[in-house]
Amino acid sequence: MPDSGIGAAVKRREDFRFITGRGRYVDDINRPGQLYASFVRAPIAHANVRGIDTAEAEKAPGVVAVFTGEDLEADGVGSLPCGWVVTDKHGEPHKAPPHWPLVRGKVRYVGDHVAVVIAETLAQARDAAELVEVDYEDLDPVVDLAQAGEGAQLHDEAPGNLCYDWELGDKAAVDAAFEQAAHVTKLDLVNNRLIPNAMEPRAAIGEYDVGSDSYTIYSTSQNPHLLRLILCAFVLNLPEHKVRVVAPDVGGGFGSKIYAYAEETVCTWASKKLNGKPVKWTAERSESFLSDAHGRDHVTHAELAMDAEGKFLALKVDTKANLGAYLSSFATAVPTYLYATLLAGQYATPAVHCNVRGYFTSTAPVDAYRGAGRPEATYVIERIVEVAARDMKMDPAELRRKNFIQPDQFPYQTPVALVYDIGDYEPTLDKALEMIGYRDFAQRRAESEARGKLRGIGFSAYIEACGIAPSAVVGSLGAGVGLWESAQVRFNPTGSVSVFTGAHSHGQGHETTFAQLVSEKLGVPYEQIDIVHGDTGQIPMGMGTYGSRSLAVGGSAIVKACDKIVEKGKKIAAHLMEASVDDIEFDGGQFKVAGTDKAKGIGEIAFTAYVPHNYPEGVEPGLDETAFYDPLNFTYPAGVHIAEVEVDPDTGETKIVDWVAVDDFGKVLNPMIVEGQVHGGIAQGVGQALLESAVYDDSGQLVTGSYMDYTMPRADDFCEFRVGMTVSECTHNPLGVKGCGEAGAIAAPAALMNAITDALGAEIDMPATREKVWRHAQAKLKAAAE
Amino acid sequence: MYAFNYHRPNSLDAAAQALAANEDAKLLAGGQTMLPTMKQRLAMPSDLIDLSGIAELRGVCEDGDAVVVGAMTTHAEVAANEIVRSKIPALAKLADGIGDPQVRNRGTLGGSIANADPAADYPAAVVGLGATVKTNKREIAADDFFVGLFETALEPGELVVSVRFPVPEAAAYAKFDHPASRYAIVGVMVARTGGGVRVGITGAAPSAFRQTEMEQALAGNFAPDALDGISVSADGLNGDIHASAEYRAHLVGVMAKRAVIAARG
Ligand SMILES: Cc1cc2nc3c(=O)[nH]c(=O)nc-3n(C[C@H](O)[C@H](O)[C@H](O)COP(=O)(O)OP(=O)(O)OC[C@H]3O[C@@H](n4cnc5c(N)ncnc54)[C@H](O)[C@@H]3O)c2cc1C
Repeated sequence: MPDSGIGAAVKRREDFRFITGRGRYVDDINRPGQLYASFVRAPIAHANVRGIDTAEAEKAPGVVAVFTGEDLEADGVGSLPCGWVVTDKHGEPHKAPPHWPLVRGKVRYVGDHVAVVIAETLAQARDAAELVEVDYEDLDPVVDLAQAGEGAQLHDEAPGNLCYDWELGDKAAVDAAFEQAAHVTKLDLVNNRLIPNAMEPRAAIGEYDVGSDSYTIYSTSQNPHLLRLILCAFVLNLPEHKVRVVAPDVGGGFGSKIYAYAEETVCTWASKKLNGKPVKWTAERSESFLSDAHGRDHVTHAELAMDAEGKFLALKVDTKANLGAYLSSFATAVPTYLYATLLAGQYATPAVHCNVRGYFTSTAPVDAYRGAGRPEATYVIERIVEVAARDMKMDPAELRRKNFIQPDQFPYQTPVALVYDIGDYEPTLDKALEMIGYRDFAQRRAESEARGKLRGIGFSAYIEACGIAPSAVVGSLGAGVGLWESAQVRFNPTGSVSVFTGAHSHGQGHETTFAQLVSEKLGVPYEQIDIVHGDTGQIPMGMGTYGSRSLAVGGSAIVKACDKIVEKGKKIAAHLMEASVDDIEFDGGQFKVAGTDKAKGIGEIAFTAYVPHNYPEGVEPGLDETAFYDPLNFTYPAGVHIAEVEVDPDTGETKIVDWVAVDDFGKVLNPMIVEGQVHGGIAQGVGQALLESAVYDDSGQLVTGSYMDYTMPRADDFCEFRVGMTVSECTHNPLGVKGCGEAGAIAAPAALMNAITDALGAEIDMPATREKVWRHAQAKLKAAAE
Repeated sequence: MYAFNYHRPNSLDAAAQALAANEDAKLLAGGQTMLPTMKQRLAMPSDLIDLSGIAELRGVCEDGDAVVVGAMTTHAEVAANEIVRSKIPALAKLADGIGDPQVRNRGTLGGSIANADPAADYPAAVVGLGATVKTNKREIAADDFFVGLFETALEPGELVVSVRFPVPEAAAYAKFDHPASRYAIVGVMVARTGGGVRVGITGAAPSAFRQTEMEQALAGNFAPDALDGISVSADGLNGDIHASAEYRAHLVGVMAKRAVIAARG
């Protein structure tokens, strides 16, 4: 195995600074003359704002300004946009009510932004925020998704609180298949709402420079260029070339830091208003709970039609999706194009239809969270397939095997728009069955029962679409942006390399893997390569990191830039060695004249490019290339997770006793980092299935607004995860890679719930709390005793 | 956090005086409840009287057939203390199961019982072991100390000095922890003494209490089966999104059995 190139388990170089407290996060940055913002947030879920009295707050010590929605309106500040237009069943665009950074006349969820107080110290800002008097006229909140259509009206623009009623797939074909079915399995599911809980809370500093009439925004963003685009083009109407967005070290995002939020918008706007005083805001943890975009939150009814042998004939899915009070940046796409398009799963089901109704409710906005739509799709498919196996009294592994798309069917056109380029599902299943010791499960179950415990096993054969995305494809579906990535590879005269990438690392380890990639491509020692990211002032362009796209799209852009470097290097090398360019071969950092022992190292070529004393005519000096890459298709990581659990019927505690994950991520650059991503993803998936749930009470108050009530998974909730790999390389990107960042979170919930429901012999919804499990375990024992 | 005056007296008297001097003064022990509450602006004491400078409030000693623990002794100190470990291992184990290492290194016995959080662990020990709480004014029997939700028999100006735990013949604490906070959803301390058996329960109700039916059954037969057939009523028990009253009532039985099994060794 190589020690630093592609395939090497190189330790993450960024970890030294992270684990020794030397990281530099937004809150570590303090600008001269900086002021502090504290937001006045709605304490109730739905109300008219009859008046805001800021007089007392303005008089409080240290207060520089108090702003409300009126001030922003007077200045022409726009609405925070949703960047994806979903066209509904009737050909109409989704309902797009405005989302003002500070409310205008109405609050729509607890935590909504009513006013901002800016003061010399943080304590002064917070003290004064309590002095802002808001006159609310209470309105009925809309909390329950299932009843959202009948509830009070949140936005004038959206009758019945409906954002869209959308469908995908051939309904007639599905209906016809159901007519023919020998058996139909039906299932109702809730996909519980989650709160992202990145370790680092969101933070922002807005800084206007009067002298140069330009802005610098420090933000906990996963995509600094995208944030800049949204703020400039839609919200603040700023000239893009006068705005620099810096996203330094960012402590996790899981999607929640993709979006343009009210807070960075207001800090930026206010800095100009206050003559260039920098304005800083850092979320308290309770603000994160209330106002970070939440994830998931679906209610679904699904039906699977089969023939007598268990061949899938058609799948029918009806989903209500909670979008929250306002549309966050990509909210509309998550329960539609990132969800319904995945409902074929790994199966050759000939017909699939999905109807999705997206509703506004008086809760925090909902948007992409690790997996974004694909965990919800996997949960529907893999739960109903498991239940179908139970209904049909078939082995769940064999029922899956029977329905897998076969290797000779690739490229495979699914009935829900996607074309899978490659996959090889059976070997993955076989490997997982082997690793878990499936054959001996009955024995293990008997042994557990002898100890008074209930044992269960559960499968999840997931597929996802990563590496988003071909710009033309997403454009045709309503996306407002292109989803390419850019890279710049710059040799310095001394032979070291600076790589500028538009992808952003907030836990993924890009500084390591991207350096491995460039080291392999250019034959430059790993130590001499630096990866620069997170600053629009340094990186040419970018779209950022989400949807497991960084390597598949950003890495491919780096490969293209490296190729350009080599191409140019060949010209210089040919000149130095007095050979024809066509005869130059590049390998392992050496330009060689084919068939001779003449060679020049790439370092010498780089030096020559910057000290071009003896240089080919017509070739520009310098060795510095930029490339853009627009993917040709999504990538399709797939795999099989198997969970084994033991339930204590006395208490309802579920112990995860074994977990096997066999994933096909295509080519793997750094197996250690990939395994880490799988572990982290499973941990979040287990969190969703077993522990986490955002609960609002009937009045719209967030009950789980702190770690006293929102249950994060901890190390002792898990067993050791056993990870295996199979490899079918992606056919359409130059690296053959697929993406691994979300797979665990996509696969895990279904595997775990299938195992728990297997143990209980009853269907329950997530999270499988101890009380819920206890009640069903007791019922099972009682039934067995009778 | 709102502004406040900070005091660090070095005697009990000075602390009591400072406390009496201002109606809105509050004592500060380990700060594990006090400080988060202040940070969230849910409390605004005018004065904070830090007890950490008073030497006599800290430490563990043996007193006849009892172990006396000073109010300012941290959970970590109790968990590691040789006297506690040899005389009342159940108490050491309970202390070792509170929160996380940071909390155990700061949080104190006095702060915990004065706060009387319905989900705190120590109240089960105070009630279950039949302890006596010594204050700067008097001695209060365990059965009289916990009055209600976050409410004790302590009067204004009164502060906990120490707690006297009689050494039991056998005892054990079984905790079913809260999934998020890891406080007790239900915690049961079972203790067998020369005089009988005590069962102290925390987490289940607004305030720690004794389960006398279990005590009687166990006095006759200190074995888990003795608890068969005793059903705990859900009336008046706590219920929330993590555990209904009915579930808590059931768990009291399960945890009591587990404590008996552990106490029997
Ligand atoms: C993350 C976390 C997890 C926790 N987990 C648990 C757990 O699992 N189990 C558990 O039982 N507890 C738990 N706790 C609570 C903690 O262990 C402390 O017991 C509790 O916070 C109170 O002790 P303290 O010394 O910190 O008191 P402080 O917070 O300083 O004071 C608490 C209250 O008691 C008063 N007070 C303090 N000392 C005295 C005194 N001598 N006389 C009279 N009044 C006094 C104060 O005025 C205040 O009102 C947890 C706390 C945290 C932050």
